[in-house]
Amino acid sequence: MDHPIKRDHARFRKIVKGKVRDNLRKYVSQGQQIIPKGNDKFTVPMPSIDIPRFKFGDKSEGGTGQGDGQQGDPVDGEPGEGQPGEGEAGEGEGNKELEVEMGVEELAKILGEELELPNIEPKGKQQIASTVDKYTSIGTVGPDSLKHLKRTYKQALKRQMATGIYDPNNPRVIPIRGDYRYRSADTKIEMENSAVVIYMMDVSGSMGEEQKEIVRTESFWINLWLKSQYKDIDIRYIIHDATAKEVEEETFFRTRESGGTLISSALKLCKHIIETDYDPNEWNIYPFHFSDGDNWSADDTKMCLSLLDDHILPASNMFCYGQVESRYGSGQFYKDLNARYHQDHEKVILSKIKNKDAILDSIKEFLGKGK
Amino acid sequence: MLRAKPINGDLLELQKEIQGYADEFGLDYFPQVFEMCDYDTINILAAQGGFPIRYPHWKFGMDYDQLSKGYRFGLQKIYEMVINTNPCYAYLLEVNNWLDQKLVMAHVYGHNDFFKNNMWFSNTNRKMMDVMANHGTKIRRYMEKYGQEKVENFIDKALSIENLLDINHLFETSEVLESRRTKNELARMEGENNGYVVDDRSQALKSFMRGQEKIHKEVRTDEEDVVAEKNLAKGERDIMRFLIQHAPIEEWQADVLGCIREEAYYFLPQRITKIMNEGWASYWHSTIMTTRAMNPNEFIDFADKHAGVMVMSKQNINPYKIGIELFRDIEFRWNTGRFGKEFNECQSLEEKENWNKNLGLGREKIFEVRKSHNDISFIDEFLTPEFCNRQQLFTYKFNPRTSRMEVDTRDFQAIKQKLLTQLTNFGQPLIQVEDANFMNRKELLLKHVHQGVDLDMQFASQTMSNIFAIWKRPVSLSTQYEDKEVVFQFDGKELKQLNK
Repeated sequence: MDHPIKRDHARFRKIVKGKVRDNLRKYVSQGQQIIPKGNDKFTVPMPSIDIPRFKFGDKSEGGTGQGDGQQGDPVDGEPGEGQPGEGEAGEGEGNKELEVEMGVEELAKILGEELELPNIEPKGKQQIASTVDKYTSIGTVGPDSLKHLKRTYKQALKRQMATGIYDPNNPRVIPIRGDYRYRSADTKIEMENSAVVIYMMDVSGSMGEEQKEIVRTESFWINLWLKSQYKDIDIRYIIHDATAKEVEEETFFRTRESGGTLISSALKLCKHIIETDYDPNEWNIYPFHFSDGDNWSADDTKMCLSLLDDHILPASNMFCYGQVESRYGSGQFYKDLNARYHQDHEKVILSKIKNKDAILDSIKEFLGKGK
Repeated sequence: MLRAKPINGDLLELQKEIQGYADEFGLDYFPQVFEMCDYDTINILAAQGGFPIRYPHWKFGMDYDQLSKGYRFGLQKIYEMVINTNPCYAYLLEVNNWLDQKLVMAHVYGHNDFFKNNMWFSNTNRKMMDVMANHGTKIRRYMEKYGQEKVENFIDKALSIENLLDINHLFETSEVLESRRTKNELARMEGENNGYVVDDRSQALKSFMRGQEKIHKEVRTDEEDVVAEKNLAKGERDIMRFLIQHAPIEEWQADVLGCIREEAYYFLPQRITKIMNEGWASYWHSTIMTTRAMNPNEFIDFADKHAGVMVMSKQNINPYKIGIELFRDIEFRWNTGRFGKEFNECQSLEEKENWNKNLGLGREKIFEVRKSHNDISFIDEFLTPEFCNRQQLFTYKFNPRTSRMEVDTRDFQAIKQKLLTQLTNFGQPLIQVEDANFMNRKELLLKHVHQGVDLDMQFASQTMSNIFAIWKRPVSLSTQYEDKEVVFQFDGKELKQLNK
């Protein structure tokens, strides 16, 4: 039997999600998703509920600290960064965040656990076992580039103390040959398999910054997950309004066009890319399309459906359509796709992404099938 | 359910060894029980304040959520947990290595000795495991009867005021409580008697009039009670007790409030002795490890671990560090005789620096200090300018021009004052009942005894709305805000300022 705290935990999660105890909502400081922040750094917001209490107003109080520094030196270590002023205590109040440093592999694992994502079973017969080196242990020999400094110095310190040459008044630690420690590799067997992700995005006028930010975050997570599942991965980007073109990642998220919208143009280009570069027998293919649901005409939608049916779907592991809500978008394309493929279609996954908070749910919809 | 198991084998042997050292040094402790658990279990225990069973509430789930995340992302790890009970329970983490376990055990004996001997703990219930479990059962039963939502909602309100405690209550033994009760009784009777101009009527008449009065009272609701209470309640800082006794709440609600209150008072001694308690435990893990328990090949790892615990911060003082250093400083001063009139009045710096009377009273002194002080008196009495200097202490404050916290001063008095201010009333605002029949309308007037720092009014307003839910009449608070005397009132809808 589970410990009763799991029930308290479930209760807490429900309150945070607003499913029960509406009266506590105002005390919830939100934050459901992990935000990438530079190289290998992420902030993990910790949702929390502040029970109101009589307490001191925070900033004016000051405090005591330990360490060096002159009068007027900042104690927070980040010069120039302003403290939040008094103002209105809104959602940010009491929001706890963890800043974490970790490899993408670990992060992907956590994502997988959090969303209960199944591991993907790659298709195709081209699964060849190959050996990979993982640097997880420590050895006494190795190239300089793999030297483990902390271990080396610790070893040197130990030696100096043991032989009595360590002088606490002049604490100099100098490693000698025998102290050096190196990261060393363990060999693991991994399956050789490869995948391609083709992102398509509508960049017509109705897609605003907020919508693009959603797509950007969502694609970050999707890439992260797929990278953890496949050994080799290609990522291609297509933007379109009435015409489509392939672009670099940076351009993909920056471009803003104003023309109309012909979704079929993107699908055509996608089909072309698959046909020229990716043999479906060897590649796991993931086309993702994001738009606000506007399409120029019903005729074009018809063409889209036939492109999907005849070319893209047979070649792909799955086709994902994410509809980002925007003030201008009609959302018609979702309805059209839904009418054709329904919710439980084997290869077509449709998801509506209302706002930033819905990103994780949407990722779960996309990747939850393990294909 | 819980996956904590008693230790055995080598670890049990280790415990015997460490306990031997504790005996040798004269530590005086409750029987010590160590249990081993995995990280999930220790997170559960930590979220529940160290206890295996608590009442059902989401806040434990929240703490558990945060602890588990912290652990999973590799940011924090709980090495050990010890609770103030007899026998004293402590939990070890399975994945810790041998050196960690050794260090933790030595540390725990320090805490155990402190729990048993520090006078602020003398009235704590050492059977708290049972009490907590009983509270759990009680509240679960209320939830079954009145509905989870309703009971949980009330607990939220109670938790909102669980920091409004009266430290003096820690020394209220049953006799004190008894005498207070009779005093109250007397005062009440006096109040009644004052109502009569002449008091030489016959017993019979008096008793008749009493009877009349009683009936009268029942009819006229309990308005008069409140008037009588007004004088008695003034200055009451035990807000939860006040509400249990005087708020129009149902029996189960009073009971729940009682549970929360009892638990809050149980944890209070730990809140007012944080620096001493951690300092004492660190002093002993350090002493036991470096003079007895450690193997030579563990030295560097120990130094690494110990330094990690002692790490200083510019934004906070580390209670472990300040605590252990103060104890060491006291030991040194009493060993060398650097205290008292003669030393203080010595004018020669050189003489002072080399002062040594070889008294050897240090050990004895620190045992005495650990018995009779709390953090405030500890700092007040033993913090010295030399110590502040050596520890590189400073105060900092907010500079509105740069919008940053900046180093303010290294002046001894200022540092001491700041530390004491932070420790006053265990860092919580001092709130007391001012008038239980405010405006003669059965409203509640609370007073914030302002000691230099304003309240966070956003939080205060929400707290007052929670007290309103218990008191059921408007709740006012007199305080200073931005250098002005103000009275805020929550009338059931919104917060208003009464005096403009």
